[in-house]
Amino acid sequence: MKALPHRTEASACEPPPAAPAPVPHFVIEAGRGSLWDALGELCQHRELLYFLAWRDVKLRYKQTALGALWAVLQPLLMMVVFTLLFGKLAHVPSEGLPYPIFAFAGLVPWQFFQSAVTQGGASLIGNAQLITKVYFPRMAIPGAAVGAALVDFAIASIILFAMMACYRIAPGAGIAMFPVLVALLAIFAGAVGMWMAGMNVKYRDIKYVLPFMLQLWMFATPVIYPTSFVPAGWRWILALNPLTGIIGGLRAAVLDKPFDWPAMAVAAALTLGSAAYAVWSFRRMERSFADVI
Amino acid sequence: MQPIIRVRNLSKRYRIGRVEPYRTLRESIVRSLTAPARAARAMYDAAKGARDGDLRGDERHVWALCDVSFDVMPGEVLGLIGRNGAGKSTLLKLLSRITEPSTGRAEIYGRVGSLLEVGTGFHLELTGRENIYLSGAILGMRRAEIQRKFDEIVTFAEVENFVDTPVKHYSSGMHVRLGFAVAAHLEPEILLVDEVLAVGDAAFQKKCMGKMGDVARTGRTIIFVSHNMASIESLCSSCLLVSAGRLEAKGEPAQIAMRYLASELRGSGGVRSLIEHPGRRGDSMPIATSIRLRSDGGTPTGVVRMGAPFETTVDFNAPHPIRPILGLTLKTVDGMPLFGVSNRWTNQGLETRRVASGSVSCKFERLPLMPGTYLLDLYFGDFGDQSRDLDIIRDAVSFEVVPADLLGTGMLPRPTDGPVFWSATWTFA
Repeated sequence: MKALPHRTEASACEPPPAAPAPVPHFVIEAGRGSLWDALGELCQHRELLYFLAWRDVKLRYKQTALGALWAVLQPLLMMVVFTLLFGKLAHVPSEGLPYPIFAFAGLVPWQFFQSAVTQGGASLIGNAQLITKVYFPRMAIPGAAVGAALVDFAIASIILFAMMACYRIAPGAGIAMFPVLVALLAIFAGAVGMWMAGMNVKYRDIKYVLPFMLQLWMFATPVIYPTSFVPAGWRWILALNPLTGIIGGLRAAVLDKPFDWPAMAVAAALTLGSAAYAVWSFRRMERSFADVI
Repeated sequence: MQPIIRVRNLSKRYRIGRVEPYRTLRESIVRSLTAPARAARAMYDAAKGARDGDLRGDERHVWALCDVSFDVMPGEVLGLIGRNGAGKSTLLKLLSRITEPSTGRAEIYGRVGSLLEVGTGFHLELTGRENIYLSGAILGMRRAEIQRKFDEIVTFAEVENFVDTPVKHYSSGMHVRLGFAVAAHLEPEILLVDEVLAVGDAAFQKKCMGKMGDVARTGRTIIFVSHNMASIESLCSSCLLVSAGRLEAKGEPAQIAMRYLASELRGSGGVRSLIEHPGRRGDSMPIATSIRLRSDGGTPTGVVRMGAPFETTVDFNAPHPIRPILGLTLKTVDGMPLFGVSNRWTNQGLETRRVASGSVSCKFERLPLMPGTYLLDLYFGDFGDQSRDLDIIRDAVSFEVVPADLLGTGMLPRPTDGPVFWSATWTFA
């Protein structure tokens, strides 16, 4: 049998040795690429997604004295403030639970959403240097912001469970829904963050709109008050906000309360719908990122 | 054999300034909400065959790349040359999918690695090790692949002792070496390289060129942008000349390089405006306004006979009165410096009256250069502030030296004897 020539000995005019893997084939054209291509490509680049998220986590608490403790301190301090204001002064009901634990169980997922959308919205601008110099699925950048926020969420969740142990509250069978709801929340945060990031490239107005919008959104979501706090006639408006079903569901899952299945179903449908829209819209916007950013 | 890259009528249009009617955020949100309807409409139109409605030329646009078509065969090392702004980088950006073409298409069969800058994705706060993984992943390497090549990368970059030091503490040389090392260990079928080798010291540049040569010998396809004709000729198997967004020629690297230099020369004609010169260094004050080359005191010319007088005149216009210093470095077309002159070292002009505008001339009685094309770097300074040169322009102008029978025998030294011509006196005993 004839030995194959050694790779490095092949001269420039010989054909390259046959690649073991199927050779990818790209067509570069104006306005190409379907939604499925985009998701498939993102899936291929999941390692990159991981590395970008890892970088964000690594850099987030660089040069801070308290480091990752901030992931815990932020919802914890908010809980203290809201407990004093709403629990003690305003006597907001809390579904028969101690107000601090009720509020914290809502604030932890809310903080995740808020930080994913904030970081995600600023992510493309912050990585302008990368966008103009190398190609990869642009969705990986806001996607990584969600990944990084997820790490903070995991840390804060541990504190939540520790607090529950202090209050002698155990999760029930509903905890099985926890991962599903977290996935929904991550998808929704990713969709909002991605869309905001894309808009932010062209309109830096987003930078100012975003914090304000998130603040309003928090009060429009049953994070620090139960859905029952809202008059029954108005609850359908709350349900239009996917976060109502998701955060309410997460709280029910963790604190062993009955699920509001209709609200959760609506939330799931809205999440998937908005994610599809965000991906589609992002694909349209990303064509001009390198030229506009 | 099938081409590995097939480019057909590829064009890229950029808008100059904000000519497009200003869109408010509100309008854009509305537009984006109604986008599905418009997309459906567009698809419908496309299906009906109506296309390119958005490419009407009624707005002020510039075609950075216009109707470019070519094929690249597997294993080909293709050089890409042209002036700054000719569209070389745009072409690389299109092929690496960073930006989308306005019209036309390109087909690529294989993984593409692009090296458009050194140290893509580096973050100063992260350590060398972390940056190798991050940059590798961004450039398209798999984690396992990076792991396998990690030691090789570190050795190539010569940063063994600093792998766990944040990159912000690296010297600029180390930074550049590490950046190139990561990219050099990419193993795509197609590698796109912009002029990134122009950074770093000479020894490192040599190492980079060696590595590029190795990569080329493994049968990888490379598209390589450079201003250095010597590296184009030594590395490439073919060459494209791009000019004002159009493909001007394709062929043998040596031929195309000659053609490029010749066209550069025609462009100059011995006078060149220095306002908005592409070779001006970033932090320079644009003081030098034009440069004129003359031989024998006549009209400006870009062509000088060997051994003839050669006079360079630089006009300047400074924001405040100065006592001008003019430094010139003569270089071969490959960028090798031959010699420099400056009135700083002769103190001539030290006693003159300060003026805000005027001109400085520098004359060689005999130009001691062999036939060929040469470049001039220009340094403009002020005796009043000798801490730095105010205006620095690389490759300010090019000129050609043509043969002359200086020895009276019809013979001249061989070109391999070097670019400098010098006569000598002989004695025989």
